Amino acid sequence: MTVITIKKSKIKENVRNKTDEEMDSLLSLFGVGVEEITESNISLDIPPNRPDLLSVPIFLASLRTFIGKENSLKKQKTSKPEKNYKVEIDSSVKEIRPFTVCCIVKNISFDEQKIKEIIDLQEKLHSGIGKNRKKFAVGIYPLEKINFPITYKAEKPEKIKFIPLGSENEMSALEILKKHPSGIEYSDLLSNFKKYPVFIDSKKNILSMPPVINSEETGKITENTKEVFIECSGSDFELLSKVLNILSITLAEMGGKIYAIELEYGKNKLLSPNFKIEEMKVSIENTNSLLGLNLEEAQIGKLLEKMGHEYKNKKVKIPHWRGDILHENDVIEDIAIAYGYQNFSRELPNIFTIGQSSKKEEIKKKISEILIGLGLNEISSYHLIKFHEANASKTEKIEVENSKTDYKSLRNNLLISALRTISQNKDNDYPQQIFEIGTVFSHDKENKTETGIKENESLIILMSPANFTKMKQTSDYLFRLLNVNYKIEESTHLNLIGGRTAKLTINKKEIGYLGELHPETLREWNIKMPCAVIEISLEEIFDILLKKD
Amino acid sequence: MKNNSNNLEEIIEKLSPLERKILPFLKLPMKEIKEKSGLDKTSLIRALKFLENKEILKIKEEKEKIINLGTNGIYYKKNNLPERTLLHMMEKNQTIPITEVKKISKLSDNEFSVSLGVLKSKAMVEIKENNVVLTAKKEEITKKMPEEKFLELLPAEESSLDAEQKFAFNNLKKRKEIIEIKENKTFGFELTPLGKELAGKEISIELIEEVTPEIIKEWNKTKKFRKYDLNSETPKIFGGRKHFVNSIVEKTRRIWLDLGFEEMSGTIAQTSFWVFDALFTPQDHPARELQDTFFIKNAEGKIDKKISSKVKESHEKGVDKSKGWKYDWKEKIAKTIVLRTHTTCLSAQKISQLKKTDLPKKYFAIGKVFRNETMDASHLFEFYQTEGIVIDKNANFQHLLGYLEVFLKKLGFKKIRFRPHFFPYTEPSVEADVFNEETGKWIEILGAGIFRPEVVIPLYGEFVPVLAWGMGLDRLAAQKLEIKDIRKIYSNDLSDLRYKKIPI
Repeated sequence: MTVITIKKSKIKENVRNKTDEEMDSLLSLFGVGVEEITESNISLDIPPNRPDLLSVPIFLASLRTFIGKENSLKKQKTSKPEKNYKVEIDSSVKEIRPFTVCCIVKNISFDEQKIKEIIDLQEKLHSGIGKNRKKFAVGIYPLEKINFPITYKAEKPEKIKFIPLGSENEMSALEILKKHPSGIEYSDLLSNFKKYPVFIDSKKNILSMPPVINSEETGKITENTKEVFIECSGSDFELLSKVLNILSITLAEMGGKIYAIELEYGKNKLLSPNFKIEEMKVSIENTNSLLGLNLEEAQIGKLLEKMGHEYKNKKVKIPHWRGDILHENDVIEDIAIAYGYQNFSRELPNIFTIGQSSKKEEIKKKISEILIGLGLNEISSYHLIKFHEANASKTEKIEVENSKTDYKSLRNNLLISALRTISQNKDNDYPQQIFEIGTVFSHDKENKTETGIKENESLIILMSPANFTKMKQTSDYLFRLLNVNYKIEESTHLNLIGGRTAKLTINKKEIGYLGELHPETLREWNIKMPCAVIEISLEEIFDILLKKD
Repeated sequence: MKNNSNNLEEIIEKLSPLERKILPFLKLPMKEIKEKSGLDKTSLIRALKFLENKEILKIKEEKEKIINLGTNGIYYKKNNLPERTLLHMMEKNQTIPITEVKKISKLSDNEFSVSLGVLKSKAMVEIKENNVVLTAKKEEITKKMPEEKFLELLPAEESSLDAEQKFAFNNLKKRKEIIEIKENKTFGFELTPLGKELAGKEISIELIEEVTPEIIKEWNKTKKFRKYDLNSETPKIFGGRKHFVNSIVEKTRRIWLDLGFEEMSGTIAQTSFWVFDALFTPQDHPARELQDTFFIKNAEGKIDKKISSKVKESHEKGVDKSKGWKYDWKEKIAKTIVLRTHTTCLSAQKISQLKKTDLPKKYFAIGKVFRNETMDASHLFEFYQTEGIVIDKNANFQHLLGYLEVFLKKLGFKKIRFRPHFFPYTEPSVEADVFNEETGKWIEILGAGIFRPEVVIPLYGEFVPVLAWGMGLDRLAAQKLEIKDIRKIYSNDLSDLRYKKIPI
């Protein structure tokens, strides 16, 4: 999500609504999130499918259209390219950033605010749908500083030398990637290539090295700039076109006039920008059945116009800067937004279905009720455990990549979190009797799962102070109430006292252990009171009880 | 005055056994109260506190200096003070060269010089021409020195010492670790006017404390029960309890069941295929980066070719006239293993298992989901999410809003609004806000929509409207439980688990 901030007065000029509350409601229903309304500004959360609304002029025009004022956006046209308005695309860029689309905008009257807006838009497009310039990069240049025709080609880094924006000295491409702030930030996008892409004008001046940086001499817009050259380079031609359209329309909304440029991809010549309107069929029937409405064709037409579309003969003409309409349902959503989410009735259909909770959840609930009846407190802990905890338990580790916290491994047992809990509750009253039912993870050695990871439901009971007898009484009571037979046999466990450790079995299958925690373990956890524990897998119990069911 | 005596009687009837034990002695000093009542210190303090509650007395805490034996003091008490050792020696020989005395006495340098000084100051020995000479008379020697008497007296309170004891105390205080002084808080009290009337009263009536089987057996009407002080503080107790987050989970489950939904379950670790690809999330979507999602190290899962080939087509070229995302869909990326970032993967799996004759169906899921985030007061890396879907040929957007309204009302929200939103896998999409009366602000609570044809067709074979909605439960839980720091939900602090108030 990307947030833009617009002067409150600017929005007020365009809409009739006056109070903050009314504006909040209107903007929300238009489909942007209202982050904050202050004395002078409104901050809006623009959804990622509508990068066009990041442009303040497009946003305001769209909002005007939405509330029923005329559609001011649909009449933008391009003028034919003047004589040498040409960009040649050399085949050397094919493997790097193969495409560019360009245009020229004249008659602009920039002021500080407008320059800020356009740079802001450029940056937000870069970081949002541009994935930090990975997908595209935009350059804007004062027209008077450059000489057509322009070439877009790849050069060896040592041959590329120019003064990068914000710098005083000429630097080589390699120096830029090492020393210039933008160079350092985006070096990953180029450093794997043998050649780097550049725009060069007819006087052999380097205009920029996309996606990293413009030239200080030719790539800096000031308040005196009246005419600009815009290029957008990258690997997804259609996306580049949409981005260029958003930018050129924004400048046109600021009063500019758009001129086309001829792009030469070898023998292939085409004009840019491409303002071709896309058409899509919209069925009245599909619209009504998906929305639950009874709209007529004329109504649908009116609603679509509110969203900046045109509608004729069951076909919608989509604004050429919208890239989010993939399917008829996207258009239907626009109809719904124009209709107003507040105007839909909230209906309950009369279909008959039967509620049913998961059987395993029911068994888990029963177990927890039995234990709560014994006076135990249920705990709930994270599925991820800390690195050192996973190491200390000497069990198999399933690690996640790049965790931002200490919690780095999926738990293989519930004992760790139970011990952590007791250790952190030293200042609370004793006896402390806790239990948890939760998922534990292990490698799937039988190769039965999709993920290679086996997930089992487990139960831990830990009491302090307590001894073997107490735990045996507890397990006896639990299994008696569950009506499941189990056996206890002498066993060993890393963390328990020998001779006071038992394994629990059901039908000769080991399901867990029971016993007194060894002072060594308790000391490791800084626990000062004796503890006894039961940990069992619930899977066998599920099987038995579900069969009985 | 009659009233008053009635009052006194009533008060006496309410006295607990402890209080009754000390009441007759209240005019005596503390030490004697303790001795005569036979109570230990804790019981005595409790009794005094009870009496204070009844406004019979007022407790005053006083700091007392307690004098006790130090390490050397313990030794000397057993084996004599060094001056006594020296005196014994002198008694045998009367005159000893000063150079010899120390050797024979086996005292340390320090002990020797101190004890010689002590005996000199008591005029029991003299130094004459490099000899130590005994000057004390026999009866003086046999008599215990004040210091010796003092050691036997300890422990003692400084304020209770008499002149001789003070003298000995001051002498010994200067010497090495013979005595130590500790500050001790002691309890004293002052009687209130009511207390003055009551104190010293012998209590003649026998009152029944606990009802025992014997008392039941031998009950007769002449016996009287002691009245309890009904407002006196009792120790806290606690019982077994469900974790409060699970109370919210169960409440949510109950709502789904009430609405006729069936529960779905599935694993926490999933292939990216189910979490993202099946939900039409393009493979370069930011949510699929290590930054946002937990990927399992060195793991590759399996995916069903039959479904994945359709999902691939949906992404690359689109289905049902959709344009698709137009990129090269890679199986390898879909096979990575992640901790599910939402429970919607379970909905996708469920839809893929459905046959046409199964419809209409309503399903829900509740489970933990994971995001690779740092933790702070409002963010956790794992939290509960709940999710519901309705798969019905006749379902539409108005139904979706209807379900959402019922669902949210059942969760206790009164004022609800819907607004457009964006999710990669639904179209149209909705965000539901609820109004917080306290702050006067709308809070986003739930995301919803109708699954895109690009999601449904590869999984189900054709488009059928699937109404879907999901919400995080932890922030809701934090709000309902008035927990400011969301991490407290999983800190398992037993005082919270035992006493936290849970809304019904």
